[in-house]
Amino acid sequence: MSGRSLRRHVTSGLMTGLVAVLSFTAVLALVLILGDLIAKGASSLNWDFFTKNPVPAGQSGGGVANAIVGTGIIVGLAALIGLPIGIGTGLYLAEYGSGRLGWIVRFVADVLNGTPSIVIGIFAWTWLVRPMGGYSALAGSVALAALMIPMIARTTEEMVRLVPHSLREAALALGYPRWRTSLRVVARTALAGIVTGCLVGVARIAGETAPLLFTALGNLNFSTSVTQPMQTLPHQIYEYASGPFEEWHRLAWASALVLMSLVLLLGVTARWAIRQRHGAAR
Amino acid sequence: MSVAMPPMQEERPQAPRAAVRPTPFATPILDVRRYNFWYGITQALFDLSLTVPRQAVTALIGPSGCGKSTFLRSINRLNELIPHTRHTGDILLEGVSVFSRGTDPVALRQVVGMVFQQPNPFPKSIFDNVAYGPRINALCAERDMPERVERALRRAALWDEVKDRLQAPGTSLSGGQQQRLCIARALANEPEVLLMDEPCSALDPAATQRIEELMVELKQAFSIVIVTHNMQQASRVSDYTGFFYLGRIIEFGDTKQLFTRPSDERTEAYITGRFG
Repeated sequence: MSGRSLRRHVTSGLMTGLVAVLSFTAVLALVLILGDLIAKGASSLNWDFFTKNPVPAGQSGGGVANAIVGTGIIVGLAALIGLPIGIGTGLYLAEYGSGRLGWIVRFVADVLNGTPSIVIGIFAWTWLVRPMGGYSALAGSVALAALMIPMIARTTEEMVRLVPHSLREAALALGYPRWRTSLRVVARTALAGIVTGCLVGVARIAGETAPLLFTALGNLNFSTSVTQPMQTLPHQIYEYASGPFEEWHRLAWASALVLMSLVLLLGVTARWAIRQRHGAAR
Repeated sequence: MSVAMPPMQEERPQAPRAAVRPTPFATPILDVRRYNFWYGITQALFDLSLTVPRQAVTALIGPSGCGKSTFLRSINRLNELIPHTRHTGDILLEGVSVFSRGTDPVALRQVVGMVFQQPNPFPKSIFDNVAYGPRINALCAERDMPERVERALRRAALWDEVKDRLQAPGTSLSGGQQQRLCIARALANEPEVLLMDEPCSALDPAATQRIEELMVELKQAFSIVIVTHNMQQASRVSDYTGFFYLGRIIEFGDTKQLFTRPSDERTEAYITGRFG
């Protein structure tokens, strides 16, 4: 083996090793977080945790039913607001967005995508909480929807762009109006991809805390009224983790485990949807 | 049909058409008059004038990039979807301009079917692929759909191969079968003109032969315009041939005559393989 060849082999081996170590580090973070959550949170998971509301400070027992239901309502409502707008925007960008307006929308979406969530929260407070005269779950949902829309729009656009042009032409040549081609042929072909993008988007906002501090505020009691303050899991974790009581810390760990599991579940579902899509496309 | 093309039979201007340019063919289905087409500032088609006879196969040959496909897509106005394109001149279908205000491009495309170079079935069942056009254009009631689908598949010579698996996905068929499925899909609309843009270039010789036989059968009922790079194919299946070169139509006429006694030296050079 000549010197040059040897050096190439050594460099190659070193680089492969380095990349492997870096990848391992990335995976390690998730494993450590999950492991720690399970170690510290799993023991506090019981029936009461899911069904009872928080008890006054200092008492033991109680659960976070209000926060779990609250997260469901606020995230669900945010999805209800954000998904149609996001998907519609993405479809527009992919199908009709080649002009100046498309460029502007794309630019705005990218800027919005990079906006810190706390800034969105402040704006939601200024435009919704103050005019409406109080904190509300609805304002929280709107703030989360605003976070979600650019994400959904850009992933939808990517997915719709992947649909082969020949399919579009086939539909048009059969006498499909353009809007029906976009909706019935193009969007439906890209559906699995769009659904995946939506799930990832929902998972991403489900863990947001900052925008909710200014909008949904949090609530110690069980509430399903969207015009009233509402508790959410991230908020619950924030409060309990920064509180002085051992019992609170215990509940915070358990809440974190539940939230993490929800997000993971959405992620796994998204992966599964992608697999289905590739399966369908042979 | 009345929805698709506003009154054309009644209002067809008989006398003026004969006066413009006498043609050797009885009542052409398509009449192209001084048609020019631009992509942005690039002119792709120059002053095309030709007539396409009905119930015949008309082949358009010529080197790549000479405007054959562009012309084909002008007939069903598919080019309009490309931004910054424009045209002058006119294309008449049954004596009515396809660009006239009364002609809805969507309705036009039902009357002028198209088959593409790559088979492009929808990711749906074989049945739904064929039923797509009739459904969207509300051509027949859902209870009559099986009959219509069968007729289209029979015409496309695909029925015997798929009749037992109409619910199988269209993409599960072989390439040649997919292309015949696309032909059936276009025929289900009962078009008057069938445009075929190099329909066999992605197929093997056996599948190509089937499609060629099919074309000869289909011309009994439809007027077919086919773009092809394969000159043997043009001479085998077509009754009339047009030679395109650099966006102009150099020569148009009876296929046999064009291939044996071309009147233009460029045509002769191309069909004898000296360029292109």
